[in-house]
Amino acid sequence: MGFDLLPILLSTLIAGTPLVYAGLGELITERAGVLNMGVEGTMVTGAVVAFAVALTTGNLWLGVLAAMAAGALLSLLFAVLAISFRANQLAVGLAMTIFGTGLGSYLGRPYVGMALVQDATQAGGGLAQLPVIGPLFSAVHPLIWLSWILFAAVWYFLARSRAGLALRAVGEAPTSAHAIGYPVVRIRYWATLFGGAMSGIAGAYMSTVYASLWTEGLIAGRGWIAVALVVFATWRPERCIAGAYLFGGATMAQLFAQSAGIGLPSELMSALPYLATIVVLVLISRDASLMRLSVPASLGKPFNPQG
Amino acid sequence: MPLPETDPGRQFRLELRGISKSYPAVRANDRIDLTVAPGEIHAVVGENGAGKSTLMKIIYGMVRPDAGDVLWNGRETQISSPAEAQRLGIGMVFQHFALFDTLTVAENIALALPEKLPLKAVAARIVEVASRYGLPVDPGRHIYTMSVGERQRVEIIRSLLQKPGLLIMDEPTSVLTPQAVDTLFVTLRELAADGCSILYISHKLDEIRALCERATILRGGKVTGVCDPRRESSNAMARMMIGADIQAISSARTVSAGSERLAIHNLSLPASDPFGTTLSDISLSIRGGEVLGIAGVSGNGQQELLAALSGETMFADPQVITIDGKPAANLDPRQRRAIGLSSVPEDRLGRGAIPSLPLSENALLTNGGPDSVRGGFIRLDKVKAFAERCIAEFGVRGGTADSPAGSLSGGNLQKFIVGREILQAPGVLVVAQPTWGVDIGAAIAIRQAILDLRAKGAAVLVISEELDELFEIADRIAVIASGRLSPSVPRGRFDRDAIGLAMSGQFAAASNRSEASRVHSV
Ligand SMILES: Nc1ncnc2c1ncn2[C@@H]1O[C@H](COP(=O)(O)OP(=O)(O)OP(=O)(O)O)[C@@H](O)[C@H]1O
Ligand SMILES: [Mg+2]
Repeated sequence: MGFDLLPILLSTLIAGTPLVYAGLGELITERAGVLNMGVEGTMVTGAVVAFAVALTTGNLWLGVLAAMAAGALLSLLFAVLAISFRANQLAVGLAMTIFGTGLGSYLGRPYVGMALVQDATQAGGGLAQLPVIGPLFSAVHPLIWLSWILFAAVWYFLARSRAGLALRAVGEAPTSAHAIGYPVVRIRYWATLFGGAMSGIAGAYMSTVYASLWTEGLIAGRGWIAVALVVFATWRPERCIAGAYLFGGATMAQLFAQSAGIGLPSELMSALPYLATIVVLVLISRDASLMRLSVPASLGKPFNPQG
Repeated sequence: MPLPETDPGRQFRLELRGISKSYPAVRANDRIDLTVAPGEIHAVVGENGAGKSTLMKIIYGMVRPDAGDVLWNGRETQISSPAEAQRLGIGMVFQHFALFDTLTVAENIALALPEKLPLKAVAARIVEVASRYGLPVDPGRHIYTMSVGERQRVEIIRSLLQKPGLLIMDEPTSVLTPQAVDTLFVTLRELAADGCSILYISHKLDEIRALCERATILRGGKVTGVCDPRRESSNAMARMMIGADIQAISSARTVSAGSERLAIHNLSLPASDPFGTTLSDISLSIRGGEVLGIAGVSGNGQQELLAALSGETMFADPQVITIDGKPAANLDPRQRRAIGLSSVPEDRLGRGAIPSLPLSENALLTNGGPDSVRGGFIRLDKVKAFAERCIAEFGVRGGTADSPAGSLSGGNLQKFIVGREILQAPGVLVVAQPTWGVDIGAAIAIRQAILDLRAKGAAVLVISEELDELFEIADRIAVIASGRLSPSVPRGRFDRDAIGLAMSGQFAAASNRSEASRVHSV
């Protein structure tokens, strides 16, 4: 068929990036044994906060920072309830989604219908003036290539750093980690806050870069896809980023397919990430040792340092 | 060198005053006083549930005492977390290990080292130290592929590499081989000579008498005596521990005349993961009224053999394993139970029991026959009655049928899971490390129960690293090494050295030796 590859690639990048942020954030949270199902709500709040701040200050990066702070704040609330008070993580996570979504649409009401006008070539700052790689920075939004740096950092952290090893140990056996002197609760707090801040960026990206506007339903389940993505990736960052582009590409493929006159039911395409996740879950559950090696063993279980 | 006891200027490394700790069901520690001098190797002994592990966890900051003071180098100190204990220089070897299953040995050890070395350097140090301490481990292996004996080696190496000022060892040798124990003791004595204090818990009184210069004896959470174990006989100490004389095992050693109940025919099984052991061509046969012991250094195929027997690993060819003549190798664990094979796995807190479930429900897990389940409904009264029978007949202390399995002390849980199988009167019993961490009184009770089962005509397979145990109860002993099983030796020809040789894989040399010794004894 006569598709031009470049626009497809570009739009895959554009659609996959929020999933990269939210997915990698949730992945770190879950590797520490904390299951935060509130990603969707955190993304909604992050989107609104970023949009409002960017609109009023005229500075995109202030918006992103504010969204990170808002995301971290929401996940702090989650952490207090689920880690310190050891409430059921699933229940608190779902409550956070409902709360975050409601908070977002409440805060966002004054901004509905407004548009954020920005010069895309300016977002990259002086980098676009660089020789050779300069055009890359003007064609691709900085939040996109920053997500690659995030990926590299997360990969290095988990696979190579001592702190990452400690985080994995906490997710694997919090009692043992406590017994050899690691501050389990503190590590879980940091992991949760990091996940929240990344969900905040994911939301900011949606409202300020992807759509340049705020409407209710902007996030449209991407937070849930991010949670599913972590399982799909069997808790590995390299699979997480691949899955993010796969799922991002799927949503774009739907648009291209329509314009090319191929009638695929859009419901099927939007169900694809969940279907793929179920398939992966079934595949890894068939192999007991793969399961044991992939899933953080204490995922979703509260830990009490007092025994 | 420790100073004499009466020296007034002497400062203790650790001093406990009036430590008390209560749990809902029991008073685990009751006003306990204890002192440890620098360089002293101090034993803490007592029967299962006496409160030893609880006391150690209090010193290590894992459990907060209800009352009492802890003095560290003479200063009153609040040890509120393990991290704090480590800062003070306290290290601990845990009875139920504190390892990370999906991480490698090197990663597990690196996590606990104070200095941040690259993993390669840690691995190199493990290899060096492991051979010096006589505790061979492969730094690249994942913990979940290892047997309990191998895990115990990792725990010990980790604690030794931390160079602590006080080392707490909670039953560190419960699944180590005698040779490894001997080398470990040399290491511990060196450590002590360098000024490290050691708190040593064990149920093996011979070890305590060989290693320790002072012993504190606990019973029911209270200190019942402090003695010099080198000057007391094992019997005298046992009396202080259980408050009564220990009874010898009584067994009418009749020659077994039963028919074959359990047989393995040429079982070969490739290792399921790169570090597992490949079982090659294993055959054995046990008659009714017979106990076959399998000796061997842990990690030589015991786990794999046990999984093959229990049904965790199933085979396509049903004839590889026969139970009472019936082909069974293709059956799953429940089906094998239904035709009379019970098994006790080696790790009690994982495969053997679910820590968060009460004992009664844990009992139901392997005893789900028509007695306890009818028409899909659980008969709670029957299940509870059965759990209570296990508790009463095997002297499980510190728990009722409703206590979660995880709240029991190690030895008491072991008694429970062994009792659970024996009371179902199976035709064939396969049991690994039956007396892991069990006190002398209870160990005798468990061995007696195994022999009683044998007298009723059951076939019993005991996999153990404890040669003394096998010598006491087995009618025949075979040795497993590198996944191969030696021919079995009947009771009259047991030879400690020959079996030791065979354990290192030298079957031919071992059988020559036992031939020679037979000639001598004639
Ligand atoms: N977390 C807990 N919750 C409730 N009871 C407990 C808990 N931990 C220990 N106990 C109880 O405290 C008592 C002492 O247990 P502890 O583990 O100290 O015994 P132990 O001397 O180490 O025995 P063993 O030789 O069997 O290891 C036991 O009766 C046990 O049931
Ligand atoms: Mg104990």
